[in-house]
Amino acid sequence: MKAKKKIFAVLSSAALFAGIMAGCSSNSDSASGDKDEDSGQVTLTILVDNQTNLDGMKAVTDAIEEKYDIKTEYELRPGGGEGDNLVKTRLATGDMTDLMAYNSGSLFQALNPEKNFLDITDEAFVETIMDDAKDALSSNGKVYGIPSTSFMAGGWFYNKKIYEELGLSVPKTWVELMANNEKIKEAGKTAVIGSYKDSWTAQVIVLADNYNVLQQHPNFADDFTGNKAKIADTPGALRSFEKLAEVFDAGYLNEDFLATGYEAGLKMLAEGQGAHYPMLSFALPMLEANYSEELDNIGFFPQPGESADENGVTVWVPGGIYINKNTEHAEEAKKWVEFFVSQEGIDLHNSKIKPQGPPAVKGVELSDDVYGAVKDMLPFFESGKTAPALEFLSPVKGPNLPQIAVEVGSGISKAKDGAELYDKDVEKQAKQLGLEGW
Amino acid sequence: MSETQIAVKAETTFRTNTRKRKTVRKLFSEILAIILSLIIFGVPFYFVIVNASKDTKESSLLNMDLPSSFHLFENIQSVMAAQNGMIIRAFFNSIMITGFSIAILILVGAMAGYVLQRRTSKMSPFFNFLILAGLIIPPAIVPTIWVLDGIGLFKTMPGIILVEVALNLPFTILLYKGFMATLPKELDEAALIDGCGRVRLFFSIILPLLKPVSATVIVLTAVGVYNDFVNPLYFFPGAENATLQLTLYNFSSMYNTQWNLLFTNILLISIPPLILFIFFNKKIVAGMTAGAVK
Amino acid sequence: MTKLTNRSYTYYFLLPAGIIYFVFFLLPTIMSFFFSMTWWTLTDWKFIGLENFITFLTEPSLNIGFKNTIIYAIVTCSLKVILGLLLGVFLSQKLKTIGFVRSMVFFPTLLSTIAVGMAFAMMMHPTQGLINTSLKIVGIAGPDWLGDTTIALLSVALVDVWKGVGMATVIFIAGIMSIPEDYYEALAIDGGNSFHKFWNIIVPLSRPAMNSVIILAFIGGLRSFDLVWAMTKGGPGFSTDLIASIIYKQYQGGFYGLSTAGNVILFIVVSALAFPLYAFLNKKEVDL
Repeated sequence: MKAKKKIFAVLSSAALFAGIMAGCSSNSDSASGDKDEDSGQVTLTILVDNQTNLDGMKAVTDAIEEKYDIKTEYELRPGGGEGDNLVKTRLATGDMTDLMAYNSGSLFQALNPEKNFLDITDEAFVETIMDDAKDALSSNGKVYGIPSTSFMAGGWFYNKKIYEELGLSVPKTWVELMANNEKIKEAGKTAVIGSYKDSWTAQVIVLADNYNVLQQHPNFADDFTGNKAKIADTPGALRSFEKLAEVFDAGYLNEDFLATGYEAGLKMLAEGQGAHYPMLSFALPMLEANYSEELDNIGFFPQPGESADENGVTVWVPGGIYINKNTEHAEEAKKWVEFFVSQEGIDLHNSKIKPQGPPAVKGVELSDDVYGAVKDMLPFFESGKTAPALEFLSPVKGPNLPQIAVEVGSGISKAKDGAELYDKDVEKQAKQLGLEGW
Repeated sequence: MSETQIAVKAETTFRTNTRKRKTVRKLFSEILAIILSLIIFGVPFYFVIVNASKDTKESSLLNMDLPSSFHLFENIQSVMAAQNGMIIRAFFNSIMITGFSIAILILVGAMAGYVLQRRTSKMSPFFNFLILAGLIIPPAIVPTIWVLDGIGLFKTMPGIILVEVALNLPFTILLYKGFMATLPKELDEAALIDGCGRVRLFFSIILPLLKPVSATVIVLTAVGVYNDFVNPLYFFPGAENATLQLTLYNFSSMYNTQWNLLFTNILLISIPPLILFIFFNKKIVAGMTAGAVK
Repeated sequence: MTKLTNRSYTYYFLLPAGIIYFVFFLLPTIMSFFFSMTWWTLTDWKFIGLENFITFLTEPSLNIGFKNTIIYAIVTCSLKVILGLLLGVFLSQKLKTIGFVRSMVFFPTLLSTIAVGMAFAMMMHPTQGLINTSLKIVGIAGPDWLGDTTIALLSVALVDVWKGVGMATVIFIAGIMSIPEDYYEALAIDGGNSFHKFWNIIVPLSRPAMNSVIILAFIGGLRSFDLVWAMTKGGPGFSTDLIASIIYKQYQGGFYGLSTAGNVILFIVVSALAFPLYAFLNKKEVDL
């Protein structure tokens, strides 16, 4: 009974509120003609995959409803390949929602953006999107989407307590990192946490090295895509696999790294059994959930390269939100996305879900309670020392990288052999995609 | 006629002359059997049950200790609620797939086994070869998807049911064929003389007589189809289409494993086979005798 | 009309079974030979000859499956035969608790392979797992059952035996119980002991049961991958990949032609081993 009353109260106040807002907007905004004069409210539909935590987005859309009287209706779709197919089918049959959340980069570019999405290149707010993100949300130089979350970074999480205890400083080169590892090992602790039971964690050292690869071979991504460069034959790219092997060869990993999973890896890092954990920053919310008292002791540095001058971070570009080209509510949709990437919108989003990396929009201030590890990333973003991970620059990504990384990272195979095997894996993928030059 | 009858007789004559020496040895055997079976087969069950009763933190230690506080019913509730009640939908899917597969298999398999045993012709070796091939050859995965997709049955319940039927048919036909051999042909003759048609002969005379072997088919295919993980994975994918075996992955995602819930889930999905086992325990041995040993 | 002829048993009765079997099993099997030689996206294909097979046979991450599949099938099959026979003999005795013990042995057969795999994977953890913590109490340092690439496949095979030995045992029990009592009586007159009973009577006379166990276990071992998938996902690296798990991974990766080539290879391997084995066992049976 009580619950019913409450719902009724909420509904009636919302209706009242909607009425007031409708009055305001019809005065100020007479241009948009397709509004229902009586209710005055426009409803935008958005298609989101069911793997996403929607708390942040919902906080933003609640505000949009209050502010602009634009209601947002969520439609959920499955993730993965099944979700891709669904999106493609709905686009092809003209059955797409007004807004759509989807991957950025090559997956998005494969959707034929010119035909399906609204070009927002000339909108003022697009200027504020960071370049790495903007590129991944563009096709043929035109921008079609806004970033749906903040960036993520891949690199090395470290336990600050151990660093203090042993008097270590954050390494700027690979040699320094390995020297730190040696000292940690001598002190009887695990220098590098391996959690290769979850084989996807083994790829991080390879993937997070892309900034360093691009420093040495600026055209690597394009050459790789065009079958002009192979990892095994490109010294800088092969180096990523060698780094993975070196960590094992030097004996820096925990003893049972093949039986340790991702969760256990986080535990070791938080509780100080291990000093380093190469990982993506999406680990931060889980660290907070399970080890909130230890969270301040966890820092981040990018995977270092050969020289201290070239120290930068590999970033994971957030997915995008795109506007359907055939929407009946283009103006409202634009307002919607503009608010989404405004300081206010991002603050609302972050108030529900703490950002796992720096914002993908320029000039946005982060609140003080942001993760310490994210603060460690900020300088690299401010100075532009970032590069997207290879998967955002090239559509080819072999499906067997996790297993190959486990083999290289556990001494089953050599770095060079692993790289060659991965090149073959990539070749299969490229052929399957029907890319040119393969 | 059946081997079980002989077997029972054989068993009773195990009593030999030297009884006293035997009783000591027997007692020793019994104790040994119980201890061994408890260690090898009982401990894992105990492990699952104990850990299904713990809270998440305690279960993550993965030891054999008794739970400090009893959480089984809470855990069951959490498992039921996970992923918007996925387990309930999965339960429905699994039961439908299993039920329909068995029904079709029994009908279609009995008809085929009956004719193949009764009628011998030049074609017989060919049919036998097809059955053997079906037992041995692994199904071609992607082409099967291609076929299903082509006739609009990919990712549908009828699709997965028909695939399960096709893959279980050879063994089912073999069982029926074996059992048919024990029914005298005179029976058919008598029925025909009474004016039964060919169709009625089968459905009203033969099919009821096949009950014992049908029980075996029910147990074996029910367990097989219910526990099947691979075929639904390939031919019945999608969040809506989850089967009970897939719910096990709810609690061991790449990010987080809640062992207590995983073990509770294991416990829950093991209940239907347990019930089946309790009801058909004796029939399983008898069925194997009729089918596999011949 | 009253005469019983072949025509009394109409082949029309075969139609429903035949259609289902053809459409959902035979047709895909036949088509697999064609699609294994293509680059294939399900909607579109391009003929590429034997390239998929060459890839399969030359890439170490793919051809490791041959060795593993055969090892896995032989280990699980022989252990199931040996342990199933011993358990079968033991459980054919007239013990008071026989019902309980038999149920214990048989029950794992009814459980979900995935559930069994997950539970055992946990118990096989090198430091926290139940098995090694128990071994530690008696002073044995247990191995890393699933992490050590030299024994990981065997560890999975052992779990397969744990789960499957109940079925083998039941078949053996059925076989042993069908041995006529005269044989034992004759042996008792000749003054044979229990070993003679086992070796001279039970082993040869439970041959049909043994043949069934061998065929079922061996083919099962060659074709299955669900336990491997639940326990190691083929890892560490590719060290426990079976042909069947590789087929699945290629399918997941979207390499449909390659996956189908794997299917054809599995078809050839299974046929090349199972048909002769079947013929050999059947021949022996007749000789007896």
